[in-house]
Amino acid sequence: MTRFIALFARSQLAFFGLIVLSFILLLAIFTPFLPLNDPNVIDTSNRFKLPFSEGAILGTDHLGRDLLSRLLWGTRLSIAVGLCAAIIAAFIGSAIGITAGYYGGHADNFIMRGVDMLMAFPYILLALAIVAALGPGLMNALIAVAIVNIPFFARNIRGVTIGIVHREFVDAARLSGMSNTKIIITEILPNVFPVIVIAMSTTVGWMILETAGLSFLGLGSQPPQADLGSMLGEARAAIITSPHTSVVPGIMILIIVMAINLVGDGVRDVLDPRLKSGALSTPRSTTEVSKNKSNTGLKNQILLSINALKTEFRIGDRILKAVDDVSLTVDKGQCLGIIGESGSGKSVTALSVMRLVSSPPGVITNGSIDFNGGDLLELSSEDLRAFRGKKISYVFQDPLSTLHPLYTVGQQLSEAIQSNSYVGKSEKNKKALELLKAVRISNPEKRLNSYPHELSGGMRQRIGIAMALANDPDIIIADEPTTALDVTVQAQILKLFQDLRREKGLALVFITHDFGVISQICDKVAVMYAGKVVEIGPTAKILDSPAHPYTARLKSCVPELGQGKRNLLAIPGFPPMIDNMPSGCAFASRCQKVKQNCYLTAVDFTNIGQERGVRCLFPEEIKAG
Amino acid sequence: MIGYILKRLVSAIPVLIGISIIVFIIMALIPGDPATAILGSFATPENVEKLNRDLGLDKPMIQRYFIWLGNMLQGDFGRSFSLNKDVLDEILERFGATLILAGVSFVLCSVLGVVAGALSASRQFAITDKLITLSVLIGISIPSFFLGMMMILFFSVQLRWFPVSGMWPIYGTRDIAALLSHLFLPAVALSVVATGVIARLSRSAMLEVLRQDFIRTARAKGLSETRVIWRHALKAAMVSVIPVLGVQAGFVLSGAVYIEMVFQWPGVGRMLVEAILKRDILLVQGGVVFVAACYVMFNIIVDIIQSLLDPRIKI
Amino acid sequence: MVSSLEFDKLSKKFPARKGALSLSKFEVTAVNTVSLKIKPGETFGLVGESGCGKSTLAKMLVGLLKPTSGRIIIDGEIFDKSDPKIFGKKIQYVFQDPISSLNPRKTIRQIIEAPLKNLHGMKRPNRDTRIKELFDAVNLRLDFLDRYPHEFSGGQAQRIGIARALAAEPKILVLDEPVSALDVSIQAQVLNLLEELKEKFGLTYFFISHDLSVVEAVSDRVAVMYFGSIVEVGTAKEIFSKPKHPYTKLLADSAPVIGKPLTLNEKSGYELPDILNPPIGCAFSERCVFAKELCSKETPIFHESKNGSAVSCHYPIN
Repeated sequence: MTRFIALFARSQLAFFGLIVLSFILLLAIFTPFLPLNDPNVIDTSNRFKLPFSEGAILGTDHLGRDLLSRLLWGTRLSIAVGLCAAIIAAFIGSAIGITAGYYGGHADNFIMRGVDMLMAFPYILLALAIVAALGPGLMNALIAVAIVNIPFFARNIRGVTIGIVHREFVDAARLSGMSNTKIIITEILPNVFPVIVIAMSTTVGWMILETAGLSFLGLGSQPPQADLGSMLGEARAAIITSPHTSVVPGIMILIIVMAINLVGDGVRDVLDPRLKSGALSTPRSTTEVSKNKSNTGLKNQILLSINALKTEFRIGDRILKAVDDVSLTVDKGQCLGIIGESGSGKSVTALSVMRLVSSPPGVITNGSIDFNGGDLLELSSEDLRAFRGKKISYVFQDPLSTLHPLYTVGQQLSEAIQSNSYVGKSEKNKKALELLKAVRISNPEKRLNSYPHELSGGMRQRIGIAMALANDPDIIIADEPTTALDVTVQAQILKLFQDLRREKGLALVFITHDFGVISQICDKVAVMYAGKVVEIGPTAKILDSPAHPYTARLKSCVPELGQGKRNLLAIPGFPPMIDNMPSGCAFASRCQKVKQNCYLTAVDFTNIGQERGVRCLFPEEIKAG
Repeated sequence: MIGYILKRLVSAIPVLIGISIIVFIIMALIPGDPATAILGSFATPENVEKLNRDLGLDKPMIQRYFIWLGNMLQGDFGRSFSLNKDVLDEILERFGATLILAGVSFVLCSVLGVVAGALSASRQFAITDKLITLSVLIGISIPSFFLGMMMILFFSVQLRWFPVSGMWPIYGTRDIAALLSHLFLPAVALSVVATGVIARLSRSAMLEVLRQDFIRTARAKGLSETRVIWRHALKAAMVSVIPVLGVQAGFVLSGAVYIEMVFQWPGVGRMLVEAILKRDILLVQGGVVFVAACYVMFNIIVDIIQSLLDPRIKI
Repeated sequence: MVSSLEFDKLSKKFPARKGALSLSKFEVTAVNTVSLKIKPGETFGLVGESGCGKSTLAKMLVGLLKPTSGRIIIDGEIFDKSDPKIFGKKIQYVFQDPISSLNPRKTIRQIIEAPLKNLHGMKRPNRDTRIKELFDAVNLRLDFLDRYPHEFSGGQAQRIGIARALAAEPKILVLDEPVSALDVSIQAQVLNLLEELKEKFGLTYFFISHDLSVVEAVSDRVAVMYFGSIVEVGTAKEIFSKPKHPYTKLLADSAPVIGKPLTLNEKSGYELPDILNPPIGCAFSERCVFAKELCSKETPIFHESKNGSAVSCHYPIN
């Protein structure tokens, strides 16, 4: 709860809204006890008195009634009616939504058809029809507004419920022997509740507006009783001669509804779990770079060299060091594998190269990324664009979410083809076909007009690769390109990568968590753990005789095919949390060979010959060769 | 495609039947003797008995429903006692005015809303975003009828830029210029709330899309930011915006009631309110069924546009 | 007593439509007449690629899905009512995604208590003793009990999931990809724990995974599933080293193994057949390098050999 308030107070606007709303609510609650004139006493000799006149701070209306008094009583009534309507609509609507969503099938079909029918009416029209039948009156207006809003809640809550019913914990509850009622009350409802609160807080304002509207039309509260809407309605005739009689209640409605909307937005932001992860902001086109000018000096022949790279995520006050002092090189035509577990920083390293790390919250704070001798981190967004997809291109993990769902394969390919210069239509088509053939897609002419969802996972990944090839890049960075694929399809894609490398002399950075994959296609491998490279060297040598204890343990805890049933050598413990890194070696607490020194200071990267390096105080002995 | 449209049209039939049932049930809720309610002050025992016979009110509910439905299908919506006129004639006469008002407002709010939302999202936290967010907040919090009244006060009475009310000048020619000057204020007043709602939704839909992986792919391809935002992100965001446009069309169409009252616009909304106050039940019933049916047809168009945009919707 | 599990011609079909508004309904077969016998105390592995029907099969085993036809027999007793409450005491389920299988708004204690209360009607003091036993068994600290699921890492959450399943005192556990959502270095821990628990509580495992090497490492016998049907059953030792079905061979060849060069011997580019238009004959024939005319005409039958292994292929590899 305190966390809730703290988060809420972070949004100044919502806090301001809360203060205004509380003030109005207090006024409304204490209206009967305030020293006010009787709101319904008619005094026609004092009609249309202006604000700040004697005895009537806000003036009087067309019957000489005190406006301030009528305003406060009207506010009280409007808020009460709006709230009641919201609660009724939320309660009935949610009950319907949960029932339909949970039971599904015919019950769902039947209920939702009914809801659809109600929604087929233009919003206020249905309320009008209900009031027409029940007759004008505040109570009837309340009922009408509540009924009209039930479908909104029913639909929303049903959608959320369906999402929850298919979660595994509901199956688990069934297997724990719980009855349906019990599951709804203890498993579904607590998870749906925040959504109900959000929906309510964002619609209370609406309902106050709607009831005021019906009263404005003369269909809600009946004289002499007045809510804000009917005050406006009565003042309409005198709009030109005495505008203050309309302005006073009108402004009041505006303030109330605005305060409620501000508070509603605040509540939504707090209850929306995505805010907690700090992911609510749009990433910019390039990752922010905030570092001192680098002094790389080394203008060498190496194609791509990453030097002392540091990339952080800044979420609130926390700084997560995702990549910490990583240096790697890739030569022409070489294939570098980066292996590590989730959270090891391997993907962030790869995305940092073309500055594609989401920013905010990502910031590159140190290092240089030298491509053909120039530092990519020094470039402006616009200049960097000339490298993206042309010199260095990417292939991502999940081929369904990384292709645009609404453009055809052909459209997405030709966009990549002409992203640096204009290319004629027929030439574009020809090139697109060539690309599809290059990635061995059968029936390429037909596939040009397909949408991504019409293709299988492996085919989509081939399209992803074709797009990466569109401008004959020097390097392709492939971020777990086969992880989402089945093993037989994985083999096909790996083969394709290998062939392309051979045919086009491409350099490849291949990120994976699988030593088997590394051994099949990489010349060189870097092992990452907790944001750092712990070992680097030629693939065959590292796999044959790893120098870092982590590499050795990681390799041996993965079961290898062809050895039958056996016990596995597990690594004890868990990787360190990224926001709580130990000061010494990050692997120390899990390492069998750990000594006192390992915990003390950060371990430097040392060269151990044979093009190999390791970040360990007590590395394993390596075989010569 | 044509097959889809036909299927969609066929699927509207049960909805239309549902609408008629709901209206029928609502009207059956009227307390007391319906004929007396319909005739109001005109009720004499002879009249009541005649109407009861005409409407078949002496028959059971279900039979009454089919009689009523049958009559409507033949274009007989009954006769309004307060206007002493055929209900359908009156509705058709008035509907054009509402359609002009609501149509223009709808175009206004869709275009403004989507552009404002997309702009706001692409410049998140910049000054443009803050200004738009604030205007949108005021927009969705202000009662349209109050806004309309203030606009009359300011633009018509103070500045004398636009006429105070009505659809046509009382004297003078009924040309397009005259219509536009009468239309401007009510159309803007009517569109403000919907613009706000659409802008908010477009903004959050855009923010959602801009975080998606395929946007990263587009950037990795080296596309320009303009293209990434206005082609890639906006198109994907429209998938969740278009259904809301459909809902907002309903808000605009029915919210026209308030604006028609404030600006004395001779549309169906004003007719309905007046009919409710006079308890002219047949006129209300006819008006509601007619407008709802039009809205159902409009939503079919929205669905078709959606299916053209999103190839994942199975046709 | 150690339990046995048997399925007899189990099938599951789902109704489907071609389009949202299409009136023509038809059925999609997710699991196609699967018959298997799992011996008491055995770890039986099931491998297959995504969409082959292995999860559907698993859900039927615990009563979460109702089979379209066929029977499930546990210790000779037929379970034909698909009610998780009846199944729950005999057979439990460990889910793939450990975090998603724990209700985010309940404490770990509430989650573990649910089966004790609802299936066994246990009273409070007994429950506390039982929970302590369970937590000891899965190596978790008791002070975790009053925390919420989001405070745990995947490996810990999976231990909680296992403890919850064991709380029901089942004799059989269905393990549906229990380690594939976990990091490589955590996987081995959980697999070893499962092995320990099996000894300790005398369990029978039905272990499902898409990862060949994991299945091979933990199982006594393995079945390979393709497109809703079992294509081969054999011992863990032999099934991948001496595959009889061409699909099993393809799987074994595709799995990346350190030091083994990339080999590819299938008709390149082919993937799973379209579930809406299932092929005639052997479902694998399109991709099979050994396919002959017969394969695309007749569905092969399941041949069992003397040593308990079985294959469903017209031309098995020798």
